[in-house]
Amino acid sequence: MTHGPGTNGLILEEPLLWEKGKPGRVAYSLPHRDVPEETVDQNLLGDGPEFTDLGELDVVRHYTRLSQWNFGIDTGMYPLGSCTMKYNPKINEKMAATAGLASAHPLLEAGLSQGILKLYYELEQFLSAITGMDAVSLQPSAGAQGELTAMLMFAAYFRKKGEQRTKILIPDTAHGTNPASAALCGFTAIPLASGKHGILDPTAVEELMDDETVGIMVTNPNTLGLFEEHIREITDIVHSRGGLVYGDGANMNAIMGVVDIKRCGIDAVHLNLHKTFSTPHGGGGPGSGPVCVTAELAPYLPVPRVARTDEGYVLETQSAESIGRVHGFFGNVSVLIRAYSYILSMGPNNLKKASQLAVLNGAYVKARLLDTFDLAYDRPCMHECVFSDARQLPFKITTLDMAKRLIDHGYHPPTIYFPLVVSGAIMIEPTETECKDDLDSFIEVFQAIAQEAENDGERLRQAPVITKVRRLDETQAARKPCLRG
Amino acid sequence: MKEIEELDLPGDIYYSKEHEWAAKDGDLIRIGISDYAQDQLGDIVFVELPEPGASFERNEEFGTLESVKAVSEIYLPVSGEIVAVNTELEDAPELLNENPYLNWIVEVRPNDIDQYDELLSRDDYLAMLKG
Repeated sequence: MTHGPGTNGLILEEPLLWEKGKPGRVAYSLPHRDVPEETVDQNLLGDGPEFTDLGELDVVRHYTRLSQWNFGIDTGMYPLGSCTMKYNPKINEKMAATAGLASAHPLLEAGLSQGILKLYYELEQFLSAITGMDAVSLQPSAGAQGELTAMLMFAAYFRKKGEQRTKILIPDTAHGTNPASAALCGFTAIPLASGKHGILDPTAVEELMDDETVGIMVTNPNTLGLFEEHIREITDIVHSRGGLVYGDGANMNAIMGVVDIKRCGIDAVHLNLHKTFSTPHGGGGPGSGPVCVTAELAPYLPVPRVARTDEGYVLETQSAESIGRVHGFFGNVSVLIRAYSYILSMGPNNLKKASQLAVLNGAYVKARLLDTFDLAYDRPCMHECVFSDARQLPFKITTLDMAKRLIDHGYHPPTIYFPLVVSGAIMIEPTETECKDDLDSFIEVFQAIAQEAENDGERLRQAPVITKVRRLDETQAARKPCLRG
Repeated sequence: MKEIEELDLPGDIYYSKEHEWAAKDGDLIRIGISDYAQDQLGDIVFVELPEPGASFERNEEFGTLESVKAVSEIYLPVSGEIVAVNTELEDAPELLNENPYLNWIVEVRPNDIDQYDELLSRDDYLAMLKG
């Protein structure tokens, strides 16, 4: 059958660190001491950490072997929907490692940190230009913290106006972090069902939006990979009832340089710099979720804010209406440096082209798998498409079985079982960085897997078979987690 | 996953559109999830239960079920006060997969017993599942 890049290979076993080593092994040697020995205050002494003794080679082999078990975008295709696992050019890594930036101490006074402050300032300007918004804070360290920051700003805005608003509309395709961020600000999440075409219906917003409702949190394109075509109508309705609109920028990779977010009527949007603007991610961080807002909301942005004065760049910490600090120092700086380098190295035309290619690739995968899998919503998709296992279920093959089989072929599985509105969802986001040859191979492998579902289902239920470990028992891992060796 | 014909749907209890079941036990009503619900969710790994004494409206969310696939809300099919919760589920959520009828989730003192009679019979529920 058609085969992807996955094959059997020599996989080296490696125990946990505390299962190897011998007392007395060391991986360091102190330099010759040419100063007299001093006694140390007994109060400062104690037992060292309980840790095994290892030689340098033990440590190097340990982490090298673990890295070989790993799968990342530098290994192979990683079409994990809504996560934008695109290739991150190495130039941005190099820039983030530049000594002057990487070694800048966060407590260094502004006068001695002009370079990094200039980078913050200019990155804010770039993100303003890309979104169309008026002001930016780079502080939030992840998308969900960006959401929370904006919700805190919405709460401060209504407090200032003396309005008591307690509810917020959340579409049923939203990421789970949306209702969580809103709930942390004391807002009750009101679920908003998508219309029958998989996008929001303005009349549904009209019915629910009242003067006790803060507004709405919209992800555009939404998690079905569909553009919310009625966004202007929806934001008009929300504004006419005194509410505010939050834009979740999780899917910004589809619309860079194409959509003016402010003109859509969005009052605040967060960007996932780690997704869209080139930072390797997927292991839980580090991330960066800057918040971009309209001039009306700018006074509520977190402090410190970077400003340009005649004496150079400064950090302003005084602001009467600010919600305060949301992160120590100035956010996850290395991600900011990568984003700055990515934006400068791409330039406006190429950023726009990246989004266009991301959408083209998403549409291509959708078109070529249309005959193989059930398409949840048959509409023009953006950068990702959502299929389901409806055609394979009669053969007792589920989305999970097909996802696991992809691993045998050397592909990271797509996002599965999300968004929740599609039963057995398979959410594929190829991103702009996969070439047509690689997309074709992935598509052909996925088609072959669908054939296996009909003819050789047991092979799928057993998958993956050529990996270091076979199918993990997710149920047992969740019910009886083993968290230490 | 089970075919609709394979589902175990007892005829002496009532069902909700959200796939809970309700069974009268004296003045109280026991609530659980249907065989269809447990089958669709897959292996349940965590059950979040309400506090005894809490009151909920009809169709209000009173807890959550977490499976390896997703987190789902559970809705109270009749309004009332939670009298008891099945704390066994906290340590053994798999009981809901093993026998969703023997293993009830909460016991409710209903505010309005008429709401119980408005729930779906086995045949109505089955018809709804068949769409």
